[in-house]
Amino acid sequence: MSEMVHITVNRQPLEVPAGTRVIEAAKMLNIDIPHLCYHPDQTIKAHCRMCMVEVVGSRKLTAACSTVVWEGMEVITDSKKVYDAQTGVLDLILADHKTNCLSCARNGSCELQDLCRRFNRLHPELPDISSNEPLRIDNPSIVRDPSKCVKCGRCVKVCSEVQGCAALTYSSRSADFKVTTAFDLPMDETDCVLCGQCTLVCPVGALVETDYTNEVSAAIQDPSKHVIVQVAPSVRVALGDEFGLESGAIVTGKMVTALKMLGFEKVFDTNFSADLTIMEEGSELLERIKNGGKLPMITSCSPGWVTYMEKHHPELIDNLSTAKSPQGMFGAVAKTYYAQKMGWDPHDVVSVSVMPCTAKKYEASRPELGRDGYQDVDYVLTTRELAKLIRYVGLNLSDLPDSEFDSPLGIGSGAGAIFGATGGVMEAALRTAYELHTGKTLPRLEFDAVRGDVNAIKEAVIDLDGTPLKVAVANGLKNAEEIIRRVESGEADYIFIEIMACPGGCIGGGGQPIGTNNAVRDARIQALYEIDRSLPLRKSHENPEIKTIYEEFFGAPLSSRAHDLLHTHYHARKKRHDFSHLK
Amino acid sequence: MSKTVCFITRNFGKYDPDSLAGYEAIGGFRALRRALGMDGYAIADVLAANGVQGRGGAAYDMGRKWRQARDVQGAHKCVVCNADEGEPGTFKDRELLTRDPFQLLEGMIIAGWAVGADNGYIYMREEYSHLRPRILSAIAQCEAAGYLGDNILGSGLNYRIHLYSGAGAYVCGEGSALAESIGGNAGRPRMKPPFIKQCGVFHLPTCVNNVESLSLVAPLLMDDEGYYKRQGTPDCPGTKMISVSGNVKHPGVFEVPFGITIREIVYDLAGGMESDEYPLRLVQLGGASGRICSPAQLDTPYTYKGMRQADLTAIGSGAVLVVDERTSVIGFLRMTQEFFSHESCGQCTPCREGNRHISLLLDKVAAGTHTEKDIATLKKFADIMSSASLCGLGETAQSALLSAMKRFPEVFAVKEEVAVR
Repeated sequence: MSEMVHITVNRQPLEVPAGTRVIEAAKMLNIDIPHLCYHPDQTIKAHCRMCMVEVVGSRKLTAACSTVVWEGMEVITDSKKVYDAQTGVLDLILADHKTNCLSCARNGSCELQDLCRRFNRLHPELPDISSNEPLRIDNPSIVRDPSKCVKCGRCVKVCSEVQGCAALTYSSRSADFKVTTAFDLPMDETDCVLCGQCTLVCPVGALVETDYTNEVSAAIQDPSKHVIVQVAPSVRVALGDEFGLESGAIVTGKMVTALKMLGFEKVFDTNFSADLTIMEEGSELLERIKNGGKLPMITSCSPGWVTYMEKHHPELIDNLSTAKSPQGMFGAVAKTYYAQKMGWDPHDVVSVSVMPCTAKKYEASRPELGRDGYQDVDYVLTTRELAKLIRYVGLNLSDLPDSEFDSPLGIGSGAGAIFGATGGVMEAALRTAYELHTGKTLPRLEFDAVRGDVNAIKEAVIDLDGTPLKVAVANGLKNAEEIIRRVESGEADYIFIEIMACPGGCIGGGGQPIGTNNAVRDARIQALYEIDRSLPLRKSHENPEIKTIYEEFFGAPLSSRAHDLLHTHYHARKKRHDFSHLK
Repeated sequence: MSKTVCFITRNFGKYDPDSLAGYEAIGGFRALRRALGMDGYAIADVLAANGVQGRGGAAYDMGRKWRQARDVQGAHKCVVCNADEGEPGTFKDRELLTRDPFQLLEGMIIAGWAVGADNGYIYMREEYSHLRPRILSAIAQCEAAGYLGDNILGSGLNYRIHLYSGAGAYVCGEGSALAESIGGNAGRPRMKPPFIKQCGVFHLPTCVNNVESLSLVAPLLMDDEGYYKRQGTPDCPGTKMISVSGNVKHPGVFEVPFGITIREIVYDLAGGMESDEYPLRLVQLGGASGRICSPAQLDTPYTYKGMRQADLTAIGSGAVLVVDERTSVIGFLRMTQEFFSHESCGQCTPCREGNRHISLLLDKVAAGTHTEKDIATLKKFADIMSSASLCGLGETAQSALLSAMKRFPEVFAVKEEVAVR
């Protein structure tokens, strides 16, 4: 039990636990102290100075985000002095912010807009002195707009403290102070892995996903193309946020209806190819164990993680499963197996995927993921971009009826569904590996020990009917780095490791709706487990469409054709700035 | 009556500042030997009894600071000597570093003993790089003689002193930016709390003192006759190093008793105005972050209380910048503004953006095209910078402007032709 402290906020008495910050204490009285740099999942920065309040007895104003309550503290948030300071700071930020709001990706979801509306800035007091720095479009995933940056530092924090990449950092000082990459290099030439967590925490439109909605719309309108779409497991529990539904709302059927109404010729489920991934990856694991292959084997479905490994730990290349990600497998299957089935020329197929992820845009552009002059996946849309397309055609998701995915490639098991949550790939793989290895039926499908918490590491020893299997699960790249440290120091001897770049796994991915925070991530994880629980089909190897595709096309997992289409390879990626020659 | 005194400067010219033996020959390190027989709190009490306030600018009660530093729990603690001396017009620390480095080192070792630190860091501004060989040699001589290292003089104190150079940023004189800079990071202030005393250099409890504050320690510990306390005024005893610059005949560093008037500093110590043709326009006290004193305030006594009562910067860095009528008030303010626009670290909104807008508004005032609304905006944002900035730099950047608006209102008066438009 923590000690309680008595304070007043705007003369209302309040009892709060010692250690509470003023901004959180005020929230308990439903007083929202304006803020930009403050973020509930981050350590305190106290940079933006939007949250200045009066504390009786203090000469200066007090930053509500960084100040901890004390016994007898009297906080005033509604005085003229506070109003002048808060609106003054807002005007200072506004004057330096390029306000082409109507053509901004964050129009409507911008925290600076919210503040301007709240403070009724009809006549800002200061002249516009914003910069004309051009957009930085230098990678397939993320666009930076320095002219919109409010220097709140949230992106810098998430990049260093959660992802351990520190690709975004501060540079220069005074009016030149800015958030940028090392030496202003293009993002993917730095330590950046394009995970997009920065786009989730940016309060404005300074960091956004590369938008492919126009390209996809144009393809749909082109009668010579067969435009098909796959949807990742975690999108169906996040898309609802964009339409005002509560966090974790399951909108699978409505989403499929919307995609069909958008004009996609076929709407498929990435859960199907998640099951396919389990067949290949699970078989690969068993084979590595049996034949003395490289262990621990590490999952390869998270492109942010794969890039991190290639840039920071190329010594682990042989540890990564060669299985492509579900997106990659689906793309390969769609333009081979499915195109053949339909009698389509793969060059006429436009394969779109809807992913919770900005790094998936980069993944789709990898040369390994294509053949014969085409890419397996042509366009990757984030959950946010799908919401834009749905709004564009005038649909309101919550009003739509449910529809089913197209078949084949439309059935996914519960194991495929939980791919979207941290620990899910591990659990799905264990369900299949156990039954394939032992020939027995699992007594209980839930592997609670690997069901991960957001931003955490989990370790477990799984009993494969007598064979102990040491496993670990990490989400967030800083946690991944800790797992790697344990492996490389010899501290741990895991056999199988699941790593997801983003906190919480894909449900917390960098392409998810704005407003995704750790509380929202928890709700989405529960929703995915709910989907799994409610399905009659919960094991990848029992998926009838999976059985069919092996019978009709691949033969068996790890077959030569499977290797050709469903597996890939990785390569060390040199960073352009290499300081290893310096002591 | 003599207007200068010799207390902290008593050794100037008395020994070869490159020679430890020379320092010992005039009584050097007797204070350390005495201190090593005292409890840390008793040493802090000596500072408190003499009413010493920190010489860096914030004027924090030094005895209290050392007592708090002693109280903080920690396996390792640091002492930092702030030799960044970045306030424009301040150069008294340079004199102490140049002419009496051993007295400073002795003070730092006593500080280490008093607060229970195992490392001391001198953070010296880049512009004083020419002094590095002297300081490094002084440290090496002290190590060789057993004044630094393990079990100093048999006391059980293990303590080392390291010399760091800054990279030229004014803001690194701010304690937390200084700590970041020593740690190898960009010199940007941290939010507080945690305070430096709990989490400073390398995130260890840290006691930061100015060069002059630390240089005072050894003479104070040996001041058995109470000479220091007899200087100055009853409510502000002691002496202070000041740096006088600008349009005076004899700019320089002086050790003065508290209570001397600004007029005496300008006309007696510094020899008066540079040229009879150009009378005094203003005096800025305490550096660029200091307030402006008008000719009508010249008889203000130079004490913490006296300055505060006159709405002037209470001593600050000890800079006294004298400006004659060749420089206009607005010209002076724009120069000060240019300094802060250059030196803001840029982290927090009020300072980063406020400086830009105030610069633009001062341009308008200089051109005479400003309106009443511009002046209200100028005042509003200068106030916001003072009350809402993250660190002391933003807080004090507009001291000159805000004091000038009070003392020279005519400068900001709206021109008739603008007003009628």
